[in-house]
Formats: sequence, structure tokens, C-alpha cells
Amino acid sequence: MRNPLRSLAMALLFALACGVAAPAVAQQPDSVNPTASSVQERQLIEALRAGTPGTGTTLSGRITIPDRNAANLVQPQGQAWRAFHQGAMHWVGAIAILGMLAVLVVFYLVRGRVRLEKGFSGVKIVRFSAFERMIHWLVAGSFIILALSGLNVTIGKFILLPLVGEDAFATLSEWAKYSHNYLAWPFMLGIAGMFLVWIGHNIPSRLDWEWLRRGGGIIGHDHPPARKFNAGQKGVFWAVMIGGAALSVSGIFLIFPFVSGGVLAMQFWNIIHGLAGVLLIAVILAHIYIGTLGMEGALEAMTIGEVDLNWAKEHHSLWVEEVASRSRKLPPGAAQPAE
Amino acid sequence: MARMKFLCDADRCIECNACVTACKNEHDVPWGINRRRVVTINDGKPGERSVSMACMHCTDAPCAAVCPVSCFYTTDDAVVLHSKELCIGCGYCFYACPFGAPQYPRVGNFGTRGKMDKCTYCSGGPLADNSVEEYAAYGANRLAQGKLPLCAEMCSTKALLAGDSAMIATIYKERVLKRGYGSGAWGWQTAYKETVAV
Repeated sequence: MRNPLRSLAMALLFALACGVAAPAVAQQPDSVNPTASSVQERQLIEALRAGTPGTGTTLSGRITIPDRNAANLVQPQGQAWRAFHQGAMHWVGAIAILGMLAVLVVFYLVRGRVRLEKGFSGVKIVRFSAFERMIHWLVAGSFIILALSGLNVTIGKFILLPLVGEDAFATLSEWAKYSHNYLAWPFMLGIAGMFLVWIGHNIPSRLDWEWLRRGGGIIGHDHPPARKFNAGQKGVFWAVMIGGAALSVSGIFLIFPFVSGGVLAMQFWNIIHGLAGVLLIAVILAHIYIGTLGMEGALEAMTIGEVDLNWAKEHHSLWVEEVASRSRKLPPGAAQPAE
Repeated sequence: MARMKFLCDADRCIECNACVTACKNEHDVPWGINRRRVVTINDGKPGERSVSMACMHCTDAPCAAVCPVSCFYTTDDAVVLHSKELCIGCGYCFYACPFGAPQYPRVGNFGTRGKMDKCTYCSGGPLADNSVEEYAAYGANRLAQGKLPLCAEMCSTKALLAGDSAMIATIYKERVLKRGYGSGAWGWQTAYKETVAV
């Protein structure tokens, strides 16, 4: 303020310095080439694909918002999941479910209904207690709804959507989703109960090998001996236990997002859930067939809880002997078949 | 009709997060939802770059392919939108999306995440253009007003470009030729199966 001329001179000098400095930087021959050091998306994605150590599984960086998942910039695995979900999942599901239905239809046409060879005796014996039946129908009832709502979320848009229209289908699918989420809990409870109640009867034994070797009486008209559960029934039990456990674990990780990790973990559990689901549906279709249409006298075991004595003798001869010996309070070795 | 795209020039992005803020403000986006975000790659190392990322409005969008209720549709401007009336909040689009674009109002709440929300390219949704209902569900519809997305429009360094694919690719190419370097059009190969050849 005291010397305006001096200020002006300073400003001029500054401007001049800037003007001189700028071209000097531009002309500098060994200036930093930003291309050489800049990260390129293509390089990073190729490093990801090649599995280069230190690159991690997704192309991610630092983020300043609380949502950790937002730090993923690009996750190419989403496309792999899409390809599975829209490709292999449909094929595995179709082959498992339609294949099983086809096998059952052919089996019915060739073998027909497995009838009682000696007819009904009119004498009933208790096969399943009320508690066992309650557990069974708890699992069965929830599984049917879970299976249908699960199939809906995968293939409903190809089958139901064109039939009912997008609004009705969206409403239906939303309710299906809620029922899937909530019925999962009674299903899991039932699976746990089923394990405790029936595990004792489902330990594989040498008898099962014999049963399988003789075709279980399903193929042909043989009646290999069996205890309370034959090898086929044990197979259904273990399929339900292993499938149910896989569905439960994967389902819990899907129902509580990001508990198991990031988006990659959720893709993984979704794949497990889908595959376990369609495979168990196929097994259960066979179970439903043989329990209803496929075998005379089988359904009442799980409805009224009693079966005809002749049915029990034909299909579970050793179990009948056990029951008979228990009821007459005789030592097991002394038991004679009641004729 | 145009083929609308985003292009983030990572050599210009200064990670100011103004695009994120503008987006949240323009659409009244609730807490916990970020339709746009800025990710810094190689933070603190040589070659560090920041990229502003949102829904890329993919060609053959994975979200639309996996949606169980087919709630996605592509507009004449090639913008990928969805109907919140049809969405059941299953999360499949989030699994499939390569860019983490789908957002949900609630997380970890017994699978009831609510309706999916994502970048609309400032072009609303299936409801009537610029109606109160459309604003409440999807946010502002700037495209219907003849404007481009706000994030790109207010970008202070013009790092984030929005507009017709050919036009923004030309702008980017000119920049790269002039300055002599460029780290590429981030996400283009993944979203559109093509990149900007310079």
C-alpha cells in the first residue's frame, strides 16, 4: 500500500515466471509418463483372471462410504453366476426333476403298482407314532411349499409369468418369497427332529447290501428281509438329512445377506442352494410315488400310523419279528413267527 | 435414439465425491443407499486412480437376465430401468451385477431387504414422467426434461461423461490423443463388450 509500484513489479515478475516455467516443464524430455504408471482396468482384470497373487478376487479399492461391498469396482464373477443361473441351473433342474418324473412314469407302466401278494390280512400293527408322523408332515408340508416357491424364483418367469401376467406374477412371487423365508424355520426344526427320531433305524448295515443286491423287491417280485427301514428308505433318509443340511446352511447365508462374506460368498451359497434344492426335489418325487401310487398299503403308515400285517411281513419281515418278540416279552432268540 | 452411457476418465477424477453427493441430493436417496460411488484403486501407490461408478446400463444386462420376475426393461435411450412395483427384493440382480449397482434399503433383516434401488441415469421409472409418484419411487427424471444425468453434468473436472456413446467416446479419444495418455474407459469392456479404441 505504501509502494504500489513495487507491488505491481512483483505481480509482473510472478506472471513472467509462470509464463516461462510452464513451457519449461512441457519441454522437459524425461518428464513422468502417466500412462506407464497408471492402472488400467484391462490389466487388472487380466491379473484377476490369471489369479495373480495379491490381486484378490474382485477389482476393489478404497471407499469413503460405510458400505464395504461398495469398494468392489468390478466383479467379473457376476457374469459367471449369471451364466450358471440362466444355463446350468435350468439344465440340472430339468434333467433331475423331469428325468425323475419320466423314470417314474416308465416304472409305473412297466412294473405297475407293487401290490400285496397275499392281500390285506385285516390285522393292523402300529408303524409310526403320532410324534413321528407329526415330524414327517412338518417336514413334508413345509418342503412342498419351499420347493414350489424355490422353483418359482428360478423358472416361474418362463412358465407362470406368461399365464398370469406380470402384476399377478410379481404379487405371487413376493408372497412365495415370504413363505420361503418363513417356512424355512419349521423345515429346519423338522429336519433336526427327524434326525433325532430316526437316526437309530437308519445306520447302514450288511442287510442293506443284501437288499440292494436283490433289487429291493422293487425290480422283480423278491422280498429281501428288512428291519424298520430298508436300504431304499435309508437312502431317502440320508438324502433328506444331507440335502436338508445343505439347504439349511446355504439358506441361512442367503436369508442374512453378507453374514458369510461378500457377494462372491452369496453367489456360492446360491449355487449350493439351487443344486441341493432340485436334487432333493427329484429324490422326494420318487419317495412320494412309492409312498402313494407306487405301493399298495404304504400310505397308511404315515396317515393313520398303522400298516396291514401282511404288508409289514412282505416289506419289513425282520421289523415284524422284532415288534412281535417285543410285544410278547420273549427273549429275542426265542421269537417264532406268529402263524 | 441415442445409446446412453457413462464414461469415467480416471485420469481426471480427483475423488471429490461431488457426483455421489449430487446424486443423493437430486433423487432424495435414503440413508444407506448409494446409487453412485467413487472407488480409489491402488490407493497411495504409483498409478493410483479414482473411478466414479454406478449402474453402467449394460448391453444385455445381467440383472435383467437373472431377475425372477422380469422387472427390468431397457428404454429407447438404452437405459436399463426397473419397476419397483414388480421387484420382490430377492437380491439376484446384486449377485449378477459386475458393478455392484443394485442397492437395498435394508440389510441383514431376515431377507426382507425391500425393493431394489439403483441409478436410473436420471430417467425415472415406469411411472408417468416427472410425476410426484415417479419422484418418490425413482427420483428425478432429467432425461425427460432434456437434461443429462446430474452427476456428469456437475463434475468439476469433467471426468465423468454422460451422453450418447459415440459422442462421449469421441471426447475421450480427443483427450487421450491430446494429452498422450489414458487409463481407458473403465467398465466398458464388461458392460458393453467393447472399449474406446484410441
